Order: sequence, then C-alpha cells, then structure tokens
Amino acid sequence: MTARALISVPKTAMRGEIVEIRAMTAHPMETGYRTGLNGTNIPRNIIRRFACTYDGEEVFSADLFPAISANPFIAFTLIATTSGTIEFVWTDDDGKTQTASADITVT
Amino acid sequence: MPNRRVVIGGAAASIATIALAAPHVHARTPPRVVVVGGGFAGASCARALRLIDRDLAVTLIEQNTNYIACPFSNAVLAGLRNIEAQSFGYGGFDGIEIVQGRVAAVDAEQHRVLLDDGSTIDYARLVLAPGIDPRFDALPGYDATAAEIMPHAWKAGPQTLLLRDQLRAMEDGGVVVISAPANPFRCPPGPYERASLIAHYLKTNKPRSKLIILDAKDGFSKQRLFEAAWRELYPGLIEWVPLSSGGRVTEVDPATRTLVTEFDSYRADVANVIPPQHAGRIAKSAGVADQTGWCPVDPVTFESRLRPGIHVIGDAAIGGAMPKSAFSANAQAKACAAALAALLREREPTPPKLINTCYSLVAPGYGISIAGVYQPRDGLLAEIEGAGGTSPLDAAAEVRELEAAYAEDWFRTITSEAFG
Repeated sequence: MTARALISVPKTAMRGEIVEIRAMTAHPMETGYRTGLNGTNIPRNIIRRFACTYDGEEVFSADLFPAISANPFIAFTLIATTSGTIEFVWTDDDGKTQTASADITVT
Repeated sequence: MPNRRVVIGGAAASIATIALAAPHVHARTPPRVVVVGGGFAGASCARALRLIDRDLAVTLIEQNTNYIACPFSNAVLAGLRNIEAQSFGYGGFDGIEIVQGRVAAVDAEQHRVLLDDGSTIDYARLVLAPGIDPRFDALPGYDATAAEIMPHAWKAGPQTLLLRDQLRAMEDGGVVVISAPANPFRCPPGPYERASLIAHYLKTNKPRSKLIILDAKDGFSKQRLFEAAWRELYPGLIEWVPLSSGGRVTEVDPATRTLVTEFDSYRADVANVIPPQHAGRIAKSAGVADQTGWCPVDPVTFESRLRPGIHVIGDAAIGGAMPKSAFSANAQAKACAAALAALLREREPTPPKLINTCYSLVAPGYGISIAGVYQPRDGLLAEIEGAGGTSPLDAAAEVRELEAAYAEDWFRTITSEAFG
C-alpha cells in the first residue's frame, strides 16, 4: 500500500479519561468510476477497512466506500483503561495493509 | 428546485429601479456614487467612474491617509525593497470627493452611509471595496494580540515591518514556519512567493536556517513552477507539508511560538500565521456578506445578491473562478464602473470579459506568472478554458528575468491607474 500513515495518540492519560485518537493515511481512494486519458476506466483502488486495537482488542473499525475522499482522515475517542499499545491497520482492495502503532501510559 | 438566487436577483432589480427614479424627479443634481475603501478595487473604481461619465458625482471614503500595497510587499520582508515604495496617497483624484473617515454603518433602505464622526453621505449607488480582514475566531490561539507575536503580514503595513524585523533578528540556524490557509484567501500564490523570498533572504544571510510551510491544502497556485524553482535555488531549505501529510494548523500558542497540527507540533523562531480570512468589516454590517464571510455578487454588475443598490468588488466579493488579487480587483472595478454608469443612465450593462495575471518573484530577477480570462456564466465569473496559462516549466533564465521585469512594469501601471 502506501508508505506513510499519520497518527495522533496521547502519550499519557488518566484512567477513565476520554482521549481523542486521529489517524490519516495517504491514499488516492480511486473510485473505479473515473475514465482515464485513453478512455478506459481507472481501476478501483480504495481502502476497504480501517481498524484500531487497544491492548490487543479491537475498539474501533470502519468499512470504507468509494465516496470517501483521498487521504481519509479518521478521528474517534477511546476511554483510557490500561497502559498498552494502540495499533492501526488500513486494508485496501488488494488485501495489502498499512500499519502504525503508539503506546499510551495510563495512570 | 427553483433557483432562489434568480428569484432574489429579480426582486432586487425592480426595487433598485424604483429607488433610482427618485434623483431624477427631485433635482438636476447628478446621481452620486459612493465608494468605500481606497485599495486597488475602490480607488480604481472611483477613477474609472470619472473617466466613463464626467457628470457623475463620485465620493471615495477611506480611513487611512495612505494605502500600503500588498503586491511586492514580500520583497519588503526579504529586505529587497523599502516599504515607502508600497505607499500611495490620494492626491491625484481630480473631480472625486475624497472623504477621510471610517464608515460606521450603511443604511441600505435610505441609501445612506454613516461615518464614525456622525456625518452621513447619501448615495444613488454604493460600492463597497473593503478588502479582507483576518478571521480572529477561526484558529484557536490566534487573535489580534497573537498577531503581534506571530504576524500574518497579510495586510501590508506595520505587520509587514514586524515580520521583516523578526526575520532580521533571527539567528542563523533558526526555523521559520509559515502557515497557509485553505481556499479562498487573498492572493493564492502569495504564501509561496513569500516562502521563496524569505528563503532567498535566509540563503543569503542565514544559510543554516530552515523554512517550513504548513499548508491546509494539497495543492497551490503555480505549484510546479514554485517547486521546480525551490529545487533549483533553495535545495533543502524549504519544506512544504501539505494537508495530506498533516499540514493543517489547528491551534497556535504565541507564548512559545508553537504551531499545532493534527499530528504534530512545530516550534518556530519566526512564525508567520496566514489565517483564514473574510470580507472586510463593513461588508458584514452592511449585510452583503453571506455565511461564508464573503459577498455574493452579480457577475455583470457586481451588485450584491443580498442588498440591492450596493455593489461589492475586489477581494471581498465572491469572484467565482477569479482569484483575489490586485489585478482582479482593478479589472472588476472598471467593469463595475461601466455597469454603474449604464445602470444610472437606465441602460443595459454589457457583460464584461475580465483578465487576471498574477506575477510572483521566486528570487530577485526570477519571475513566474499565471493568467486567466473570465466571463459571467451561470451567475458566476467562470474561467474561459484555454485562454490563460502559466509560465513554461522549462524556460530559460532570460525568460524568468523578463517576467520579473514585467512584474515591476505591471506594478507601476496598476498603481498609477488606481492612485494616479
């Protein structure tokens, strides 16, 4: 897939605190409905699924569709329960994945 | 769905006709056009009105004694030009009544302008050319006080000198951060010309320094030309962070000169925050700005879609495909003046063709340009395809040098047309 993903996870949080998580990856999100210069369809190439796990457990996921813009930006909130790793996975039409992760310390 | 704009436009036209009948009945005094704002749009419009119809009475209201022009002010920042060369007075406005004052309110019903000193001026038609104001409610942490620490320098004058002096005071090895806003804003190539000329200053005087552009967009005017020039002239000095790389600034902290983006934060030695903008103050209070903060207008007459009898030109207007530039402002001013002269003589205004050219300096003696031609279509100013273009990507140095000279010539021409 693409080379670069950007994530924003607080380094620390209080137990029970609601924290905002942001994630963006560079991706063309080609719809499959556009015509190229030679008159043929540009093949569809989108991210199908985005998922976030917190300490190994999936806490947020999203199915993406062709109407979603290039470089999709996803923001959501989590309740900080335990110190651990927050991992992000983007999966595209070809099944290729892009990953990113960050640690959070909960006190 | 019925087109609401068309309905409003129709109603506006008939109300305006009734209101305009009054001067003809009462007296032989010529109809008065009042122009508010003595920048490129307002000054050009006042002078064009006098040229087109000497029988019109024209009043130009401006709060400052001098106008400080934005085009070429990036050269002032880089120490290549004196601010005095940007300053223009109102001495050469023969036959035009110049009123130095600040407009407090517009009474659209009574066709009357109220000034801060309590005086009033009646108009047959009003032209508002208030330019832009920075939006101090759009970027958390960025207000008028913050602008004294992290200047926008997007209205030329003291802000320009503040940013220039900060650059001069910065030590070699410092980091300059420019925050560029999303569209629309005044002077689309401006942030990138600014980056170029600051880079020239840094390369010449403080070569260990770095410049970062944090951008709320994924593309910008003349991008390929700018990027090619940056690679050639300033390799490794300028870093452009687009929206898709997390370039959008979401918050600033003037105390630490920090710019916060969605995924990162940047500590600057010199921070130039070019914030989101809206039409100048009076547009909102006169009721001609919509929820975007800009002013919807008829593309033939520049009459407001919201208040009949009031015309809006220049950066404050929604120009459709036309960029917010001094060239556009001057072109719109002349078209608006022609339409006003026709309307006041109860003739049908002619749809205009408008031209814009934006020159940018990438370095002294290195100019690039973009040009476009526009005409009214579907209620907006639309670009005529194939009529414009940009400088060639692979031009010789002599071409760049010529374009830099053309830019100077253009500035002399447009300022003498606007200010005499």
